Amino acid sequence: MERNIMMAGFGGQGVMTMGKLLAEATCEATDLKVSFFPSYGAAMRGGTANCFVVISDDEIGAPVCYNLEDLIVMNGPSLHAFIKNVKPGGNLFINSTIVTDPIERDDVTVISAPVTQMAIDLKNEKALNVIMLGVYVGYTEAVPEEVIIKGIEHKFEAKPKLIAPNVDAFMKGVEIGKAQRK
Amino acid sequence: MAERVFMKGCEAIAEAAVRAGCRFFAGYPITPQNEIPEYMARRQPEVGGVFVQGESEVASVNMLYGAAAAGARAMSSSSSCGISLYSEGISYCASARLPVVVVNVQRGGPGIGAIQPAQQDYFQATKASGNGGFKMIVLAPATVQECVDMVYESFELAARDNNPVLVLTDGVIGTMMEPVVLPPMKSDEELAALKESFKVTGRACIGHPVGQRATCFPGSVGTGQEIANKEAEKMYATWDKDVRVEEYLVDDAEIIFAAYGISARISKAVVKQLRAEGIKAGMIRPITVSPFPYDTFANLDFTKVKGILDVEMSIPAQMRFDVDHAVQGRCPIQECRRSGGQLLTNDQVLEAARALIKEVL
Repeated sequence: MERNIMMAGFGGQGVMTMGKLLAEATCEATDLKVSFFPSYGAAMRGGTANCFVVISDDEIGAPVCYNLEDLIVMNGPSLHAFIKNVKPGGNLFINSTIVTDPIERDDVTVISAPVTQMAIDLKNEKALNVIMLGVYVGYTEAVPEEVIIKGIEHKFEAKPKLIAPNVDAFMKGVEIGKAQRK
Repeated sequence: MAERVFMKGCEAIAEAAVRAGCRFFAGYPITPQNEIPEYMARRQPEVGGVFVQGESEVASVNMLYGAAAAGARAMSSSSSCGISLYSEGISYCASARLPVVVVNVQRGGPGIGAIQPAQQDYFQATKASGNGGFKMIVLAPATVQECVDMVYESFELAARDNNPVLVLTDGVIGTMMEPVVLPPMKSDEELAALKESFKVTGRACIGHPVGQRATCFPGSVGTGQEIANKEAEKMYATWDKDVRVEEYLVDDAEIIFAAYGISARISKAVVKQLRAEGIKAGMIRPITVSPFPYDTFANLDFTKVKGILDVEMSIPAQMRFDVDHAVQGRCPIQECRRSGGQLLTNDQVLEAARALIKEVL
């Protein structure tokens, strides 16, 4: 089983960190094959940013895929640019605080969460990516929740104060993801 | 099993070099290989090594030349147009028979090209990385783990032959992250012994007249150059044993993918997909693109093989000429190519494979 995931948004929304966190945690806590590939170019805050994560139980071919199981869009432009790349029957995760345009496909499952607003409510504005990762993991169970929690603990080793708020933000996302699972 | 760490291709290359005993790195920034010098800038001081950001590629490669002549395990990296600027220095290292390691993280070309990944430097890497008709062993990793293993080994190959070794990768593998298991760190004692065993005198200037032997400048008078060329040729003749190739499901294959590096890992995934549909597909992946595994292609059973699909991120295709040379027209060869930073995907390769299958099966 191979799972191709693309994450896209504005530079500064933590899209790369979200992808790396998922991939790195999968590497550390499972025996699965996993790759992370960032788009690169003239990247900047407010510009576009996207990355690909592939998780598989077999060798991974291309680390880039335009036939996705899962697409996570953190902003409007990413929705329009990449929605065509989701497989029929695939999952589309949207940051519904700012992605408000209608979804012009009825053959994908839409999982929405207002992660920008939730992060503001948590007084942890930067955590929108961690919340979205929670939504993703809660909905897909692509990897166990504990794997990501371990990854968060590892990432913030040097700043232990940030562990609890980020785990909390992640779990808020997980709840939303689980609630939208059929 | 040793612990898996999740690393970016470029950083894994740098760490593998340090563990292999690389204690001198000079380079000049260029995308998509900047994480190699960046990592080295931090890491070399930790292990008592030297990192220099040269004022240019030309300066950097000549520092490499000097460091290797002085007995350091030395490496440099660049990308495509940067490697072109290295040509003179690499050629001089080959002439002086110095064991340097050079990494090319390929991007688009020719000229400044594109900063995104490509495989556009195959001919340059395998046929003429500088003037004078010298050859190098050129290793082409297809995964981040192979980057680690090949860079680690390349220092041994360079030291064995007293000849430059090139690791030919690309911007996809250089910038992607994958789990790797890192090799052991060579101890200070091992490195001291290696340095001790390196004698510039007499071996870095084969063919030089007596009296010039203790210098490390290439170039000869009288018959010296011809003697040096013949010595180099003797070394190249020993490389048959170094040919490395991955043959994947080739035995009963009717359709063969020919690909190296990033294109090969994509092709392999497509081979699996076709096999699942009952199509007899296989892959030949040159791991050393120099020396090239001509025999593997030449010795295919062409009563079974109906077609070859050459997959490269290069337009025009380049490795295809080596495949042609081995196949000698005994089956049709088609190409699946992208270039200029446009990435191949599994689906594109699959589509090209279906077109070939439709024609020949």
